Amino acid sequence: MTKFMRRALETPKELAWLAAKAALDSAEMKLDQIDGAVLGSAPDAFDGMHMKGEYLADGCGGWRKPYLRCYVGGGTGVYAVAQGWFQVASGLFDTALVVCEEKMSTCQPHPQAAFISIFDPFTEQPLKPNLLWIFALEQNRYMQTHHITLEEIARVSVKNKRNALGHPSAQLGAEITVKDVLASEVMAWPVHRLMVSPTSDGAAAVVLAAGDVARRLTSKPVWIQGVGWCLDTAYWTNRDLYYPEYVEKAAWMAYRMAGVKEPRREINIAEPYDPFAYKELHHLEGLQLAPKGQAPKLLADGVFDRDGDLPVTPSGGLLGVGNPIAAAGTMKICELFWQLRGEAGRRQVPGKPERGVAQAWGDLMQVGTVVVVGTSEPKH
Amino acid sequence: MTHRTIKPAPNIVQGTPLDAKALKRGKIFLNSYAPALRYTWDTGEAMGRYLAELKNGRLIARSCRKCERVMIPPRMFCERCFRPTDDWVYVKATGTVNTFSLCYVSWDVRRLKQPEIPAVIEIDGASPGMGILHLVRKVAPKDVRIGMRVAAVWKPPAQRTGSITDIAYWMPINRRSQRTVSAK
Ligand SMILES: [Zn+2]
Repeated sequence: MTKFMRRALETPKELAWLAAKAALDSAEMKLDQIDGAVLGSAPDAFDGMHMKGEYLADGCGGWRKPYLRCYVGGGTGVYAVAQGWFQVASGLFDTALVVCEEKMSTCQPHPQAAFISIFDPFTEQPLKPNLLWIFALEQNRYMQTHHITLEEIARVSVKNKRNALGHPSAQLGAEITVKDVLASEVMAWPVHRLMVSPTSDGAAAVVLAAGDVARRLTSKPVWIQGVGWCLDTAYWTNRDLYYPEYVEKAAWMAYRMAGVKEPRREINIAEPYDPFAYKELHHLEGLQLAPKGQAPKLLADGVFDRDGDLPVTPSGGLLGVGNPIAAAGTMKICELFWQLRGEAGRRQVPGKPERGVAQAWGDLMQVGTVVVVGTSEPKH
Repeated sequence: MTHRTIKPAPNIVQGTPLDAKALKRGKIFLNSYAPALRYTWDTGEAMGRYLAELKNGRLIARSCRKCERVMIPPRMFCERCFRPTDDWVYVKATGTVNTFSLCYVSWDVRRLKQPEIPAVIEIDGASPGMGILHLVRKVAPKDVRIGMRVAAVWKPPAQRTGSITDIAYWMPINRRSQRTVSAK
């Protein structure tokens, strides 16, 4: 993957190329060993460039290859890996290169304004909503339902920004306190500035290979054991936002495929989507890794620390490493890859983890995408 | 995902961050584009009726006889039963705050001194949990609560255009009168 940056000199295509080349180099492979390429990237509105997928094809190693772009909002970065997996698991290809790229800084002065058209043109846009609204509304509902405090939410920012200090790509690694988070500007109560991930430029990529090919290439393959995704209705004001049911459905789809029956016991590392601090807790509950309303308590007890019983977001996450939308999800897959191989350096979690789950989320609080990876070959 | 030899992650991180100084020095060439695009959205059937009723100062929903839901915003097909919806149902212009925020940032990222109060409001007469997005006003930010009862404040008829903003905002229901009010 590339560095995650507020503003990169590189073009989107150059960012994609840097990440794709790094993934190929790390696998000691050449582009002609890749059968098909997959791109994940967010709406064209960020780039002001229509048909971004076609523009990015060369950077993704898609030259004269079966290539496609996939998109499910913020859930894209994890979904794209599933999309690549379909192509290999179907037997169609031996290898696939999955690249996720985002350059948000092009949209000036702030990409926030490009989000206005995700809202319904009749019932919502005339009210001039911004993206903070929906996160704040969801966080408030979640907090109220379970009597969760702002201090409990703030701990996610503290943990993830600290974890990111060990990540060479990180944009916002920092040593901060709960007090700092609560003293930061209130953007949209209950959301404070230090509970929000930054806008970022960056790219991340992975190489996928069929089992027999992977075993020839490495003595330590990391296996995709399960994939899942699910979309709920776009009528988001008709749902109770306190709990992401679509994440639960996506998670069980992936767990069933992976043969996981008791996620809390059988998952050793989690990389849930954390664009806002409360989202990590919300998603851990959806992923069945904490009972409803209990994730804040487990966090406070240290369960989710890097050396805790279930390390959560050892990468530093979107809050610490950064949030170039689609690339951020793939960054989480990259983290599991390094962690399961024992190559995460300063970020390495102890105890030789054998299985991890990565999850991303997006659209109008609507989509959950989940990938389970592990050190043992799946039976399916 | 494959890897023959163990390599530390840092050696594959590239990318060139730009800071304000680098941009100011003028050594970097840039090109800008401001799209002049205009879109006109057709309302469709359900939304057309919804907007027409807003202009009349009324909220209307649509029901599905199979799942027995009364849905707002109204829709011509039920996404759960995947069949046409059946009846138009007037619902009340009162409701309950399901969740809210105090937002100090405008849609185009300007800072606001007085926060806007976006809220999901569950509408009386629709199925439980059926909310719409709108704004709450005429209440001190510190006094807004989930579960608060609110009523629509309509624009005067002459100013209505068939838009969700024909409801100027929602305000707490005066406990004594419990009736809806009109904006001056
Ligand atoms: Zn129905």
